[in-house]
Amino acid sequence: MRLLEHEAKQIIKKCGIPVPRGEVVKTVDEITFPPPAMLKTQVPVGGRGIVGGILAAATQQEIRHHFERLLATPVRDYLPTSILVEEMVELEREFFLAITHDTVTKMPVAVFSSQGGVDIEALAREKPEKVVSMHLSPLRRFPSFQARELVARAGVSGRLLIQLGAVFARLADVFFEYDATLAEINPLGLSKDGHLLALDCHLEVDDDAQPRQPEIAAIEKQEARFAGGRETSEFERRAQEIDSMDHRGVAGRVIEFPGSLGLIIGGGGASLTAFDAVRQHGGEPANYCEIGGNPSVFKVTELTKHILSKPGVSKIAVIMNVVSNTRVDLVARGVIKGILEKGQDPSQIVAVFRVPGAWEAEGFKLLDKYGVPYCDRTVSIDEAARRAVVSTMP
Amino acid sequence: MAILADEQTKVLVQGITGREAASFTKDMMEYGTQVVAGVTPGKKGQSVYGVPVFDTVAQAMAYQPADAAIISVPPLMVKEAALESLLNGIKLLVIVTERVPRKDTVELLELARQTGATVIGPNTLGLISPGVVKLGMAGGPVADVKKAYMPGKVGIASRSGGMTTEIANLLTTNGIGQSTCISVGGDPVVGSNFLDLVERFYKDPDTEAVVLFSEPGGVIEEKLAEWVQAEQVSMPIVTFIAGRFVDEMPGMRFGHAATIVEGEKGSTKSKIKVLERAGVKVAHAFSDIVTILRREYEV
Repeated sequence: MRLLEHEAKQIIKKCGIPVPRGEVVKTVDEITFPPPAMLKTQVPVGGRGIVGGILAAATQQEIRHHFERLLATPVRDYLPTSILVEEMVELEREFFLAITHDTVTKMPVAVFSSQGGVDIEALAREKPEKVVSMHLSPLRRFPSFQARELVARAGVSGRLLIQLGAVFARLADVFFEYDATLAEINPLGLSKDGHLLALDCHLEVDDDAQPRQPEIAAIEKQEARFAGGRETSEFERRAQEIDSMDHRGVAGRVIEFPGSLGLIIGGGGASLTAFDAVRQHGGEPANYCEIGGNPSVFKVTELTKHILSKPGVSKIAVIMNVVSNTRVDLVARGVIKGILEKGQDPSQIVAVFRVPGAWEAEGFKLLDKYGVPYCDRTVSIDEAARRAVVSTMP
Repeated sequence: MAILADEQTKVLVQGITGREAASFTKDMMEYGTQVVAGVTPGKKGQSVYGVPVFDTVAQAMAYQPADAAIISVPPLMVKEAALESLLNGIKLLVIVTERVPRKDTVELLELARQTGATVIGPNTLGLISPGVVKLGMAGGPVADVKKAYMPGKVGIASRSGGMTTEIANLLTTNGIGQSTCISVGGDPVVGSNFLDLVERFYKDPDTEAVVLFSEPGGVIEEKLAEWVQAEQVSMPIVTFIAGRFVDEMPGMRFGHAATIVEGEKGSTKSKIKVLERAGVKVAHAFSDIVTILRREYEV
């Protein structure tokens, strides 16, 4: 989960990292902060500055004007419901600090650049010597002396080195205490009067750790923190409902596509494989869908009916990997039942049924009874996809 | 034959009284795996399919020393369970539990490095060396395992649990046997990734080729390509990368720092490019895995 800037700043401030003075407001009348001020849109995406999500105001009138404008301006499909109004800080220098997990070495890693406030990815590409990093022990964390070692490698010394080391160590504490997967300050500014201030902060918290992070869980539960993101379609929402109607198995993590071939595929890697294969053979999927974990007949029935209810869907392909946990016969029963309840003929609607594995003999018997075309484990996932696509061609 | 474990490996199951753990314990034993003890705090004296249950790993080790521990406990208890086995001298952990917090994973992996232990998972279905041993849930009940897997000389490592069996099945139905098949685990940070496992397969005299199942995200395939080039690896490696359509979908983004560490990599397109440049064979359709294996390696 990505925190909004003001939420992240609240946390690092509590942990001893200075941030600019400011306030978060939802309506223009709440604004008490005097000009000159910076106004920053609160949406959970980066690169706000480039798209006009951060504006400077010199007068009271400008503050009000910018506020209204930011509130009405979507940033990559997100709309803010609050704006951060902050003091304007005159900066001497800017730095970049971040801590994340390196998936290759399987260790936390600290990244520093003495050129902050820039597109750090571009900098790392063009001037890799400007970006230094160091792996950390999750048990020792990142003591100030170690942070100073890293910062010194970037050529910083003197009083600034000591200041930066202290801020970095605190950022590491935030990273570990809050189960973050990313803690980043960019830029960390050095003000004209010699103080370090986190001008922007990006915290991503591990969803899997939420049970032990009550403070973060509470933030996530707050309603209307922002609006938008990728819109879930009515079709997708209905699929989620079906999934939540029964705790057994997964059937209904669905994404809608414009094609005509309904897909019941699963799970995880197999659905990716099957979806790619359908497209490679020229098929046009109507949806992406994961099923697995031994869903109940009821769930598969409802899902089948749902996919068939989408306008333009004339056939369904059911393709899964060799299953050992999910039962083939239950999937077959659910698919057939769903089609019958729609008043249609399973032998005409199923383009291909390829679910080999546990209880397959019982499943195949059922499919035979209704004349549904199926294949066993000797037919690969991509061959099954090809057959499905061919059967939908005129 | 096998990497990581063999018929001599003595196995302990942490969380053995759980429904899922009890079920895979039975499957493992029926496949011939030596499950010597189980641990569930507070349940000493019970037994699960004849396997005695102890309160602590120390008690279990005093009763019968084990070489490997399968961990199937609630997510927030995984770190402690791993620590308990590591400090009792166990050298191979298979962590079945999913949704383990990332911080706990990196901490337990640091401890494993200190004790010289190997970790598979978290979020793994386990591993199988066909005809030899099975650790965890991989392949399900014995009857199913026997249909999908057969002994041979091709190693499999897969980022998708279900596809481990699917690839083995593809090879088996085409008469190609497997040495060891490993479900790497679905998490971004896992104890043994492709880089670690391919190196082990490369050193294993009984493995002559390797098949990898990959997904979008992460940079391990890129690192593998670097390693293959640097070491001039001669063993045939065939990869299949699922989820090409994800490249075209919005919303897949890494954090800033992650993209610095990982560069602008992680897309399937980028993975395919660097792997092919390094001489790793990429199957563009799933069944091409077999075609390529037959071409690259006499099977």
